Amino acid sequence: MTLLRIDGVHKLFNGNPVLRGVSLDVAEHEVVALIGASGSGKSTLLRCVNLLEQVDDGTIHLDGQDITDPRADPDKVRRRIGIVFQAFNLFPHLSVLDNVTLAPLRVHRLPREKAQAKALALLERVGLADKAGAYPDRLSGGQQQRVAIVRALVNEPRLLLLDEVTSALDPELVGEVLALIRDLKGDGVTMVLATHEMSFARQVADRVCFLDGGLIVEQGPPEQVFGAPREARTRQFLQRITDAGRL
Amino acid sequence: MTFKPSPLQLERDAYRRRQTILSVAVAAVSTLVVGVLLYAAVTGAPGWDRFRASFLDPDVARESLPAVLRGLWLNVRLLVVCAVAALLLGLGIATLRTIRPAVFFPLRALAAGYTYTFRGLPLIVTLYLFAFGVPGLRLSGTPTVLVLGGIAIVLTYAGYIAEVFRAGIESVHPSQRAAARSLGLTYRQTMRHVVLPQAVRRVTPPLLNDLVAMQKDVGLISLAGPIDAIRAAQIETAGSYNYTPYVVAGVLFVLLAIPVVAVTDWVTLRAARRQSGDNRL
Repeated sequence: MTLLRIDGVHKLFNGNPVLRGVSLDVAEHEVVALIGASGSGKSTLLRCVNLLEQVDDGTIHLDGQDITDPRADPDKVRRRIGIVFQAFNLFPHLSVLDNVTLAPLRVHRLPREKAQAKALALLERVGLADKAGAYPDRLSGGQQQRVAIVRALVNEPRLLLLDEVTSALDPELVGEVLALIRDLKGDGVTMVLATHEMSFARQVADRVCFLDGGLIVEQGPPEQVFGAPREARTRQFLQRITDAGRL
Repeated sequence: MTFKPSPLQLERDAYRRRQTILSVAVAAVSTLVVGVLLYAAVTGAPGWDRFRASFLDPDVARESLPAVLRGLWLNVRLLVVCAVAALLLGLGIATLRTIRPAVFFPLRALAAGYTYTFRGLPLIVTLYLFAFGVPGLRLSGTPTVLVLGGIAIVLTYAGYIAEVFRAGIESVHPSQRAAARSLGLTYRQTMRHVVLPQAVRRVTPPLLNDLVAMQKDVGLISLAGPIDAIRAAQIETAGSYNYTPYVVAGVLFVLLAIPVVAVTDWVTLRAARRQSGDNRL
């Protein structure tokens, strides 16, 4: 069943086209990886899905609802979508536990005990229950990013968007975050992730989409896109990555 | 095994200790020299005796102290009420100025006009307009001059405070709003739980600055008539032709500012410590 349907989405920044008619269907429990050079539109596409950016043309349907309809309530739409950012964006003035329980308490109106129990169970799962009272600035990057993932997951989103979640991390911290995402795939969480980690995209994704110049140039199973790319531009991109020693 | 510094490190530590002692000594000597020079310059001035008799007379100071203190109590009460009112009004105005939806345009424009007007208008003019102008309208139920003067102070300071709050709100990185909104929080919840707490913490030092400035300016209420510390000093001076009571009032105002500054510094420091791992920077 199709959970997310992106159809002919355009996005311009100050007249510069960043997305030029992107179409993409994501089925429930599917994990889709978006790859491509910086500036190819991966992050913009994710921000459009979460309504943090307004599309300039095209439609996005979530569970059959057109969320790009200006009559749709963006607050209600966002409750069904979780997003994790490259720079974590934790709230520095709140403890880890308060970061995680903010939305359950204020948006979903859970009783405090219930919200905290739920948050602690998830923190336990990612190995950070002992950090519940700490403030984000005292955590390592990998720990902060795991908290950010828990903060998104605690709301039980239909769809989880991951925007280059390991790009700001030291290499030895990348592993702990990737392991968590692999776990989530095992739970059947539907995910769209923009990533520069090609080997990770290859392992975890059901489908890989290569974006270039604001368009999906090629998509398919990871073995095909990485192993036998059909498009010249995909081959060029992968060659550059290989030359840089990142594949 | 316990850590034992090498001879090299011990030598470095000893050198740093010597440097510290040396710099403390230099600071002490230069402070002393400057102090003596200043003292000599002031007390050696041709009019020093005359100045001391009219501004620093201990007997006059002692006599005027009770009256000035009684007046100061009015300043303190006025300050507390005005500070709370100005903070709330300022925060409200600042929030209005950042609301985006089009229906709120009139409110936004009104808030902008307010800050332009009351920051530009000299406090004395506002004070006269309210304390003397409003009673002149002869409306029934006009409050006392003290209340009207307080309103003038609140309106003026709320203009400044609103701009401080607005700067704080705008200093919170947009990614924080994006994170909050992406969790499903509404605009209002995002302001209340994410943006404002961070903004208020950042602008505490400039707000404190405004509070101290306000503390002095509540003394201007004396122009409207109520007997505060400044008015009391004026009355004392009128009886003795000696200006010492004004100096007494001035010293009391300075003393009043010290605890406010100390408390706020402490609060700011504590919040910073709790939040960040590294306290040294």
